[in-house]
Amino acid sequence: MTVADSVLLEARNVDKRFGGVRALQAVSLTIRTGEIYGLIGPNGAGKTTFFNVLTGLYAPDGGTLLFAGAALAASSPHTAAARGIARTFQNIRLFANMTALENVMVGCHVRTRAGVLGAVLRDRRTRGEEEAIRRRAEELLHYVGIADRAHDLARYLPYGDQRRLEIARALATGPRLLALDEPAAGMNGTEREALRVLIEGIRKDGTTVLLIEHDVKLVMGLCDRVAVLDHGARICEDVPAVVQKDARVIEAYLGPGENVHA
Amino acid sequence: MQRLLASLRRDRRAAMIASLVLGVVLAVLPFVVGGALGNSWLRVLDFALLYIMLALGLNIVVGFAGLLDLGYIAFYAVGAYLYALLASPHFGLHLPVWLIIPAGAVLAGIFGVLLGAPTLRLRGDYLAIVTLGFGEIIRIFLNNLNAPVNITNGPQGISGIDPIRMGGISLARPIDFLGITVPSLHAYYYLFLALALLIVFVSIRLEDSRIGRAWVAIREDEIAAKACGINTRNIKLLAFAMGASFGGVAGGLFAGFQAFVSPESFSLMESVMVLCMVVLGGMGHIPGVILGGILLTVLPEFFRHSAGPLQVTLFGKVLLDPEALRMLLFGLALIAVMLYRPAGLWPSGTRRRELGSDAA
Repeated sequence: MTVADSVLLEARNVDKRFGGVRALQAVSLTIRTGEIYGLIGPNGAGKTTFFNVLTGLYAPDGGTLLFAGAALAASSPHTAAARGIARTFQNIRLFANMTALENVMVGCHVRTRAGVLGAVLRDRRTRGEEEAIRRRAEELLHYVGIADRAHDLARYLPYGDQRRLEIARALATGPRLLALDEPAAGMNGTEREALRVLIEGIRKDGTTVLLIEHDVKLVMGLCDRVAVLDHGARICEDVPAVVQKDARVIEAYLGPGENVHA
Repeated sequence: MQRLLASLRRDRRAAMIASLVLGVVLAVLPFVVGGALGNSWLRVLDFALLYIMLALGLNIVVGFAGLLDLGYIAFYAVGAYLYALLASPHFGLHLPVWLIIPAGAVLAGIFGVLLGAPTLRLRGDYLAIVTLGFGEIIRIFLNNLNAPVNITNGPQGISGIDPIRMGGISLARPIDFLGITVPSLHAYYYLFLALALLIVFVSIRLEDSRIGRAWVAIREDEIAAKACGINTRNIKLLAFAMGASFGGVAGGLFAGFQAFVSPESFSLMESVMVLCMVVLGGMGHIPGVILGGILLTVLPEFFRHSAGPLQVTLFGKVLLDPEALRMLLFGLALIAVMLYRPAGLWPSGTRRRELGSDAA
């Protein structure tokens, strides 16, 4: 990490309220290009809310989000995807009755253009585009390691493969920032290790990764920097070694005072 | 059946032969049906083709995009009334059919967007209620737009509509073609068949395209579809417009064929029938939807013709009104299908997908 690393995403004082609940309170954080950035915090800390604001599912009630130097338009997920932010979901959201390949092909939607006329006439450009979509989708399935399941319906895939498929679909949108919402949830040790390798690979291939995760070990081993949310507020943002020792973080996780005697 | 289709997909020559056989069957069908069963069944055949067009249009909205539409018949009405107003003595206009049918498709498409725009945020039951209301609004408008300015001629409907003319030849009279006399019902059959095939073709092309995948993605999970960068608003409106335009085409043909339109042809029951064709046949699966369209046009006619005489031979008199019996059996059939084949009579097989449906 050098100081010259450029900023990819900057959140400034982002607020989000649901009725009387302040789900996000003036959250500011900075994600640099090419890093793996972890977002952790106890249950209900606002991690997924931040994701939803970032990806345009919720409009923030205050603050600004700058992505690659320009403001993110509020509340339109498809423009967020077009700008280069892709995400996965905590509770997997695949297109259950489409094949794995088709799922990834849908991911290519935002980077392709064919309309009704092209679909009906199947002119040379549309055919070329379809061919490219299919090839890209096959590549991505291979990349995440489930090429052999390409023609299986998504709902018949085993759990771990569904997680991988969701990542492949997100990558198909051609993102600059890949936001993963608890990708390791429900995985066993071997699957976690394979996931760690995959995320490392994604970063190495040039995509910045934002990771929400409960598994502290995974986050600390994988992330370049980590932010901690508690009760909707960002209480810490630093490299894992520092975050681990931060008194407020320990308090947020273990409760006030207990850590002294523990 | 699935296995047969799969093997046809693998073997191009077998597929060629199969489509050739199908083509010959479709070409001689009106002569066989007309000769063996008479003209009333030929009319049924013509109507079956119209309903196939309607069912395929609704299939785009309900089957592909997963938007439950209970007012679909309104688009059929729009197409039919456009034809009736532009080619009848009512306004004294007699525009050619090649102008009216595409105009009907476009106008119905616009109405589709009009229905779609306010319902974008609705799904399932709520959407069904709003679309049902839309269908009724159109029908009630048609019923009442005879005063203060008489546009639709109200409940009396519009009669004396021009028959469809192609190249100066009216399809309402027998046509002499290379020494063969083609009766009117046959001529309409070939015209409807051509347009039905066109609509099948467009449906198949759309299904296997970027747009078709986006529709299915919205049906499967709207939030995930948005996250994939699909502009769900536009893609949903496109589904409404495309589906409606098929209905508009069918409506125009209906008006020219019947030479008469009135609001009662476009009741809620008709919407329900078309929806049943889609659901019974196999939502989102084009061959299934076609099958549904054929079955639900032909079987009720069959009962209408046979229920009375059958009761006379069995019991010596008519115990149940054939019309009531028809609805009873229809209801039973629906329940049976939903119990034993909830995905429809001919759903899209996962087997097909596993074999790799690379339509090269």
